[in-house]
Amino acid sequence: MIEISAPGLLATIQDLGRPGFGSLGVGRSGAMDALALRIANAMLSNEETAAGIEITLGGFECRILEPVDICLAGADCKAMLDGKPLPRWWVQSLRPGQTLKMGFCTSGMRSYLAVRGGLNVPEILGSRATDMKGGFGGLEGRALQRGDRLAALHKATLSPPLAFGLSPTIWQSLFESTAIPQPLHFIPAAEWGDYDRENQTLFTEQAWQISQDSNRIGYRLEGEEIIPMERKELLSHGILPGTIQLPSSGKPVIQLADANTAGGYPKLGVVIEADLPLLAQARLGSTVRFVPCALEEAKAATEKQNRMLDEIRTCAAFHLAP
Amino acid sequence: MPSSVSISISHMGATALLVQSGGPLSVDVQSRYWAYDQACKALEGVVETVLGMHSLLVYLTPDCDPMRMKVELEQLWQRTKPRQIEGRLVEIPVIYGGETGMDLSELADSCSLSVDEVVALHSEPDYVAFALGSQPGFAYLGGMNSRLTTPRRAQPRLSVQEGSVVIGGAQAGVIAKTSPSGWHVIGKTELSFFDETKQSPSLIMPGDRIRFVVQELIA
Repeated sequence: MIEISAPGLLATIQDLGRPGFGSLGVGRSGAMDALALRIANAMLSNEETAAGIEITLGGFECRILEPVDICLAGADCKAMLDGKPLPRWWVQSLRPGQTLKMGFCTSGMRSYLAVRGGLNVPEILGSRATDMKGGFGGLEGRALQRGDRLAALHKATLSPPLAFGLSPTIWQSLFESTAIPQPLHFIPAAEWGDYDRENQTLFTEQAWQISQDSNRIGYRLEGEEIIPMERKELLSHGILPGTIQLPSSGKPVIQLADANTAGGYPKLGVVIEADLPLLAQARLGSTVRFVPCALEEAKAATEKQNRMLDEIRTCAAFHLAP
Repeated sequence: MPSSVSISISHMGATALLVQSGGPLSVDVQSRYWAYDQACKALEGVVETVLGMHSLLVYLTPDCDPMRMKVELEQLWQRTKPRQIEGRLVEIPVIYGGETGMDLSELADSCSLSVDEVVALHSEPDYVAFALGSQPGFAYLGGMNSRLTTPRRAQPRLSVQEGSVVIGGAQAGVIAKTSPSGWHVIGKTELSFFDETKQSPSLIMPGDRIRFVVQELIA
C-alpha cells in the first residue's frame, strides 16, 4: 500500500481505457502514453489491463505503507527513492517506510507508476481508468490527492526483493524521441479532400506549436491558418483519440484520451495509434509535424510495438519466474 | 424509398471507419441508422459501434482489412431497412426558470416570445432521442419547435449543473453530468440521467421519446 504525500500537477489512475460505451456518451479515457504503461505492466508480468498512476510533469510523492513492487515508465521524472535516484524502465521492490519522490520533468510530459498486480480500485463499466468528465473510475472519479491510499490487487510476496530493468542503451533507441522531433503519422479522414493542395501542404509542411491550453481532452495547435475550399456544417458523429479536427479558427485540434465521444468539426485525419504516445509526451509549447501515411504503415507500426512488448514480457516473466 | 439515402464511408485511423449521410436531420434516416447499428454489431471484424446523427463510427479488430470492410458496410446499408423503435416514453418533470433556469427570460426575449409561451412550446412535443454522445447519458433530442431555436452563448459557462434543461441552436437536451456548456439553461429536473453502477447506465436510449412536463414555473 502507498499513501500519496503530493500528487503533482495532475495524477490519475489509468489503464488502457474504457471501450464499448461510446454509444452511451462514455469516453475512452485511459493512459495518454499507453505504450509506457503497457511496458511497465509487462515488466511486472501484470495483465495488459492493469491500472497504474499517470503523473503529469513529475512532482509526485508517496510513502510506502506495505511492501509493493513497482515499475516507473514514461517521461523522466527524476524519481528518488529515499534520496537515491531510481531509474525508469526498472522494477523495484519497495519496503514500508520508504519514500518515493519525483522532481520536475525536464523532457516529456507523463510518467507512469505501475504496481505488481495492478491498483486495486473498482472496475466501472469494464475499466479502472479515471473518467473525470463522468466522475467515475479510478479513485472516486477524481484526480489523486494528498492522503489517498492505494493498494495493489495482489500483495507483494516475492523474496528476495526485485531490482532489475531494461538496459538504458535499449530505451535510448526505443522510447526517447530524437533531437529532431519525429513527424506524427496520420491517416487522412473524410474532409481531407476539402482542402486544396496548397492548404494540405500547409498542414504537413508546417511545424505546429502545441498551445498551453492543451490537456488530456485534446491538444490545440498554433500556426498559420488552414482554409477549406468550402465550409461545411457537419452533424455530430463519433470521434476517437487521435482525430485531427479543424474548427473555423483554421487551427487544428487533436482529440486525445479524454476526448468527447462525438464531434462535428471537419476532420483532416487521425493520428495513428502507434504515434499517440509521442504526442502524449510532447510538451506544451513544443512543435509537432504531421505526415500522411498508408494503412499498411500504421499496421506495421502497431505490430512493431507489440513485438517489442512481447520481448519485454518474455524477459520479465523469465526473470520473475520462481 | 429508404435506399435512396446515400452514405459515404471514410477512414478514422487504421482500425475504424465512419459511415455518414448528410442532413437535414430526419427520424426516417436516423431510424435506418438504428437498424444499421444493430446489424453492424453482428459483423465479424467489428468490435464496437458509436451511433451519431445520421452516422455510425465502426471500430474494427486489428486484423480486419478496412478496405474489405468498406465494401461489406456499403452492401449492408443497401440491405438495411429503417427500424421503427417504439422506444419508451420518458417523462421529465421540469422546474422552469428561477435560479436553476437562469436563461429562460433572456431566451424568451431573443425569440420574441413570453416566458409562458417558451415553456408551452418546449413542453408540448414528444422529442425523439436520436443518439447519445458528448458526455455520459447526454441525448441529442430532435423535434424542438423551430421558434425556440437560439444560437449558443458566445461565452460558454464553465460549469452547468447536471439536470439542467437546455437549448442550443435547434436542439433540446438535458445536461447529464455537470460540465462546461454553451447551451442556454431554461430549467432543471431532479432525474438522474446516467448511473454507471446500473446494468443499463443511461436513462435515455436512442429511439426513446421524451416529454418535458411542467412541474413549476418560477417567473
